[in-house]
Amino acid sequence: MTQSTINPPFVTKGYACRVVDMKKEYVLKSETVRALRGVTFDVPEGDYVAIMGPSGSGKSTLLNMLGCLDKPTSGSLWLGDDDVAQMNDDQLADIRSKRIGFVFQAYNLIQQLTVVENIQVPLFYQGRSLSKEQHAKTIELAKLVGLGQRLDHRPTQLSGGQQQRVAIARSLVNNPYFILADEPTGNLDSRTTEEILQLFEKLNDEGRTIILVTHEDEVSKRAKRVVRLKDGRLQWDRTNSQEVREAAAKYAIENMPVEE
Amino acid sequence: MNIWLGTIQLGVKSLWLHPMRSILTVLGIFIGVASVIWLLAISKGIGDEAQRQIESLGADTIMIRTIKPPSEKMSAQGLTPYGLTREEFDLLSTSIPTVKSSLPIRELRRQFQFKDRKLDGRLVGCTPEYFEVNRLEMQDGHFITDADCFRRETHCVLSAKVAERLFLHEDPIGQRIYMPENQDFYMVVGVLKPKGATAAVGGSMAAQDFTNDVYIPIQTLHQRIGDMVMSVRSGSREGEVIELNQITLRVNEVADVKRTAELVESALSSHSKMEDIAVVVPLELLEQARTTRAMFMVFMGMIAAISLLVGGIGIMNIMLATVTERTREIGIRRALGAKRKDIIRQFLIETSVLSLAGGITGILFGLLCGPAVRGARWLAMEWFPEQMAGLPDVVRTVEPSIVPESIPGAFLISLIVGVVFGIYPAMRAAKMNPIEALRHE
Ligand SMILES: Nc1ncnc2c1ncn2[C@@H]1O[C@H](COP(=O)(O)OP(=O)(O)O)[C@@H](O)[C@H]1O
Ligand SMILES: [Mg+2]
Repeated sequence: MTQSTINPPFVTKGYACRVVDMKKEYVLKSETVRALRGVTFDVPEGDYVAIMGPSGSGKSTLLNMLGCLDKPTSGSLWLGDDDVAQMNDDQLADIRSKRIGFVFQAYNLIQQLTVVENIQVPLFYQGRSLSKEQHAKTIELAKLVGLGQRLDHRPTQLSGGQQQRVAIARSLVNNPYFILADEPTGNLDSRTTEEILQLFEKLNDEGRTIILVTHEDEVSKRAKRVVRLKDGRLQWDRTNSQEVREAAAKYAIENMPVEE
Repeated sequence: MNIWLGTIQLGVKSLWLHPMRSILTVLGIFIGVASVIWLLAISKGIGDEAQRQIESLGADTIMIRTIKPPSEKMSAQGLTPYGLTREEFDLLSTSIPTVKSSLPIRELRRQFQFKDRKLDGRLVGCTPEYFEVNRLEMQDGHFITDADCFRRETHCVLSAKVAERLFLHEDPIGQRIYMPENQDFYMVVGVLKPKGATAAVGGSMAAQDFTNDVYIPIQTLHQRIGDMVMSVRSGSREGEVIELNQITLRVNEVADVKRTAELVESALSSHSKMEDIAVVVPLELLEQARTTRAMFMVFMGMIAAISLLVGGIGIMNIMLATVTERTREIGIRRALGAKRKDIIRQFLIETSVLSLAGGITGILFGLLCGPAVRGARWLAMEWFPEQMAGLPDVVRTVEPSIVPESIPGAFLISLIVGVVFGIYPAMRAAKMNPIEALRHE
């Protein structure tokens, strides 16, 4: 447990994470890229945040920080009572395996593992052997995302949408602070996109916190809240009204291409 | 510690994704380990055989052989007597206190005959000590006795081969064999069991081959045949005047051998001008053979180690390719919570599985060394008998003897090879930045 001595710990109860003046610089040979130039925002538990912004604005960088894949150059990131900015490589890995759920644009399943085994990967790195309950839970999760019939399939035997659903099940297996999704529907057609978004909505209704990066307005309108980045800074942060979200959902279903 | 078990499972699974590649990598270690065991076993087999032959001469003996002096030392006219004398035998056997027993030997090429069956062989004049010194064993009857010697009896003892050739199925005991060169008869009193050859005792002397021997009391030989022996060799008559071909001394204790040998050499120093004797100390031969064998085995071990090294480089090569190929997987695992050491463990286990698979199969194949060599030799004998006959004795007779330490040794080395050659690729995998690894195509 590392604590900043300068700032007393935030009251983090009720928050999935709190970001305070977070900066990230990439030092290259010829220049220093300032990918994040001081970002501050909180994500309450149960929130559903869409991060938007033009390409290169720092969305992925921010998400990688939230996911403990990288450390900010300065500023703080509070997860529970811990400031991630103070942690070392092993501690970050520990947090990732125990409290972070990741969903990637490219699904990122491990090819030689089955659906169930892929879902279990984060548990594998928690260092304890898999309990019966945990095993039952992974199967439960596979069923939750609609893959109860494909437990022993390999990723190559699944469609893109199905693979992404495996990835979502995997992101839930360690009961994370939040699910982070970097353009999760970027590779999917509109029908599958809708399936995934409905799955996210369902999870959010169950109380899961979701933070996703997207550059599609239709996707961002489905979230409870939209945060827009520009040049590494927060441009605006606003809440989608219930009407906007429902209208977007209705529009998506009505404009779905007819099935052959 | 289930993460280890899980990682081993994972490793086997990953390796099985590319079965051909994994099998070829294993083959590299397999060959290395098997050749360590084989080369050591074969060189030990060769060394053991040499040592066995020398040991059968007796570590507590000293042999003094008469050798034919260089021709310029012989006078042109007539026959020059040379070699050991009976007088010297008496001197050596009585005046050196550390000598326990002594044995004079006179050897001649002779023809032996029974009825119409003839056989060329070696007539050996000796005393009863010969039996014990050469570790002979009786098949039938008894060896020549002190009484035979004293009374200069015309008794003889046959080697197994001579008895078989001359008598076929008759009982030789009590029969008389004929030696046409001396027009003399000898009565058979004993038949020996078959015996293998001993080591060649130095210099110009051939291996002691007991197969075609007939033994008689040396006193009888002296009286009835004498010292001068004429023989017909390739058309011309040849003669030699020799009292004794060999004196074998047995020493009280092995520790006395070297000192006694020095005494013997000084006692026989008069022969140094003529160069007509050679002193052979089996103990020294034995020590030489031991160092030669050790060096031979180290050399063979090094050759085998090189093939293991090549196998190790093969592993490293494959693992480096695998790490690059699986950058994405490494990124995913890191993103999902794998620590650096988890990645290192994963790749090290894969290389260890490869090298242990090679190690274990290599050991199993190594254990087959004996039957495999015998089988190969049998096949070669069946298919190419002439070529095989031309090969040196060691090739035709070597019995590989597995060096026990080479088994755990080979196992350990294969494990070390796996870890040593796996550590660099594993470190490379673990050092990768997870974000960049995830972006890798
Ligand atoms: N590893 C890196 N090294 C150097 N520059 C980087 C690295 N990652 C991102 N950047 C730079 O940081 C900025 C933000 O990138 P990113 O967060 O990927 O943007 P977005 O996801 O919004 O498109 C970009 O200018 C990008 O070039
Ligand atoms: Mg991006």
